[in-house]
Amino acid sequence: MSDAPAGAAVADEPENPLVAGLERLPVSPTTLVIFGATGDLARRKLLPALYNLAHEGALPERFHLVGVSRKEKEHDDYRAECEEAIRAFSRRTPDADVLAGLLEDVRYVPGTFDEESVYEELEKVLGEFEEREGEALNRAFYLSTAPSFFPVIVQALGKQGLARHEDAEVRVIIEKPFGTSLAEAEELNREVLAVFEEQQVFRIDHYLGKETVQNMLAFRFANGMFEPLWNRNYIEHVQITAAEDIGIGSRAGYYDHAGALRDLIQNHMLQLLCHVAMEPPVNFTSEEVRNEKVKILQAIHAPRAPEISEMALRAQYGAGHAGGEDVRGYLEEEGVREHSNTETFAALRLEVDNWRWAGVPFYLRAGKRLARKITEIAITLKPVPHLAFNQEGSLGIRPNQLILTLQPNEGVSLQLGAKIPGTRMIIRPVNMEFLYGTAFLSQSPEAYERLIMDAMRGDPTLFTRNDEVEAQWQICDPIVKAWEAAPGPLPQYEAGSQGPPEAASILREGHSWRAI
Amino acid sequence: MPAVSDAVWSEQGTTPDRIEAALRGLLAERHAENGGFVPARALNMIAFVDREWSGEIANRLRGVGRFHASRLVVLSYEPGRERLDARATVASEGDPRPGELSLLRETVVVELGDRHLDDLATIADPLVVTDLPTLLWSPHGHHEIIDALLGLAQAVLLDSVDEPDFRAAIERARELSKRAYVVDLAWLRSTPWRERIATTFDPPARRRELRAIADVAIRHHPESAIAAMLLVGWLASRLGWEVQPLHAREHSLVGEARAESCGEADADDTNAGGAEGADQPIALRLEAAPELQVRGLAGLALETAAGRTLRLDRGPGGLHAYSRDARGSEREWTILGASRGEAGILGEGIRQALLRDPTYGPALAAAAELAP
Repeated sequence: MSDAPAGAAVADEPENPLVAGLERLPVSPTTLVIFGATGDLARRKLLPALYNLAHEGALPERFHLVGVSRKEKEHDDYRAECEEAIRAFSRRTPDADVLAGLLEDVRYVPGTFDEESVYEELEKVLGEFEEREGEALNRAFYLSTAPSFFPVIVQALGKQGLARHEDAEVRVIIEKPFGTSLAEAEELNREVLAVFEEQQVFRIDHYLGKETVQNMLAFRFANGMFEPLWNRNYIEHVQITAAEDIGIGSRAGYYDHAGALRDLIQNHMLQLLCHVAMEPPVNFTSEEVRNEKVKILQAIHAPRAPEISEMALRAQYGAGHAGGEDVRGYLEEEGVREHSNTETFAALRLEVDNWRWAGVPFYLRAGKRLARKITEIAITLKPVPHLAFNQEGSLGIRPNQLILTLQPNEGVSLQLGAKIPGTRMIIRPVNMEFLYGTAFLSQSPEAYERLIMDAMRGDPTLFTRNDEVEAQWQICDPIVKAWEAAPGPLPQYEAGSQGPPEAASILREGHSWRAI
Repeated sequence: MPAVSDAVWSEQGTTPDRIEAALRGLLAERHAENGGFVPARALNMIAFVDREWSGEIANRLRGVGRFHASRLVVLSYEPGRERLDARATVASEGDPRPGELSLLRETVVVELGDRHLDDLATIADPLVVTDLPTLLWSPHGHHEIIDALLGLAQAVLLDSVDEPDFRAAIERARELSKRAYVVDLAWLRSTPWRERIATTFDPPARRRELRAIADVAIRHHPESAIAAMLLVGWLASRLGWEVQPLHAREHSLVGEARAESCGEADADDTNAGGAEGADQPIALRLEAAPELQVRGLAGLALETAAGRTLRLDRGPGGLHAYSRDARGSEREWTILGASRGEAGILGEGIRQALLRDPTYGPALAAAAELAP
């Protein structure tokens, strides 16, 4: 087992000199098994991602796909479902030959995930593929199921002897959420690592597969101009926002037990924070990058119970307006429990207690049914020490802000003060904008395309390590517990608004939330 | 595909300054029309074309889709023309809704004649966006024009198979490589082939077998011998082969290369099948395949001294692969992937102007040594 990417030297083996200059690195022949193969994620994301990889010729040249799910159906029926999902959700129109080639040999194994016979049948199918190929194939088990099945499937794979394979690699890809509390995450790690080695485990946080998140590292570490400013001496505060304009839709069954903190902050937003705050790794190997992220998470102290009301705030959306339409409040949404205390908005103030960041607040907020959809990181610099300009008649000189927008319009914007044309020296803020979409000819792949490829290649850089996920939970767990123990009702905010006015209560004096 | 909307300006008897001002005006006009219109700023491309074939080139460029250069300057040459005419288009893929963006791509077609050729750089220079990389392309030859405009560009697009003689193609590409980054469409057509060879030998246990390659045979379109030579050149440069000029035999070019000595460290490596402590001879054969209708490679067969065989053949639905290992186990499969077509290859060539492939230059140098 190795973290080395394709082509790199492994142990005493020589490097593959033929991979230099190739954009698509070789991937060993692989069988991918999707548990939860008929679920929403498989239909909307995984199957279209596989098609697009096939379209580009990026899949391993001998690739097999097996779907495992509860529903009884024949192989052909499953193939038809795969085709339908790919046609509906692929980012490009499918090519008939590629689609047929991808699906012609897809197999389906029906059964519940705790049935021994499912794994016996699975082993048989995997064996048939290998017999036909005349060699051992790598195996990747993708757990795209309800989280309660993760330990069930992992244990069953171990029991059936499918967690190891002579002469080939076995990997397990685990979807989020990885636990709903620190104790659950630790327990799940124990159960997974009792069967698999950590190097075999790929915990998905699909934000890490987004080009714009990876671009943050390029932005920080490929440009010398920002590093001198990137510390407590020049940065006043950092705001990370993940706002959605939509409600929970048909996801009440999941969301009402998760809430904004578990759904977005514990994983995605803490990852973004790590990307902003981490030290430059000595190289971009998976272990070095993840070591630096874990250091940041460990530098954020877990809040004590009395501190929580000062640094964390939750709220629920009430009725309001979105896109010119009346929309109902969270408690009126279909499937939401009566008197539910699940938050649809969460905001935190965190501090990274290290030499670079001591005293700089990191504000995180995530919510549904807000004014618009945006994910951004706003870095506000300290104000200039002395203002030589008369501010009369101006909008005022504001501290510079550097805004990294992750979606929908990926880019970087720098807010500067500039003189308004005229005879007087009047200053107002202006934006200097860079939009990723304007500067590259290539189309960004979907996050799942990158992540599936990396998992099949055995590169864990964009996946969450066991200590990383536990460090994330160390920060969020006390808040989860405090909120679960606190009685409702929660503060309400009007759907389509900027969020609850109470969110200002966790800000330091002189700070304010950016408009969404 | 969203609807395309264009803003157009044209003028007869114009000047580069007026064309550039018109482009600025069109961009401002479009931005005022909808704040979601933003100019693409990735790459300039200057294409020098013969006017009588400009329609064909326009069709080829239309096919590149999202790889269209941010600003495309087409210098359309018509012998005998006296007047400079121009038409500028700023196109978007559609009208963005509030909060959305739509990229604007600019195309300028400048009609010019012989009298403009001496000072062509002074016509093209004001029309490219400052600080963006510039790609130069002259699909109808005109080496002297490329040479004249090279000071404006960082990359040159060419297709080695366009040259009637592969020696001239190699010489021309090497000459240009000294002054700019060369994107060679003949090289890009071989990408899937190179990927498959690299993949075959990627498992760590198989990498040693690369030093035991004993036979390479490549079939190619009759006019694409250069593509085959680049592929052999790539193997030779990556694997450290010493190559000699090939010689003609019937409809083929044949010859031999030598791999570096395996050395003592590999003395116990019996699986690789290489000759211990001695140079490994590699038989090379490049053969024309008249049945192939499109440019590029038709097939490849590669054998190692230990008996591993990899065969790749272009066929319907993609590359068809056959492999046999040293024990005689055989496998056949079709490699998944959509055909890029010639439009896709051209688009890829434009995209590659923003990248740098460190393996083309050495492959070209080795191809030069192979040339009879």
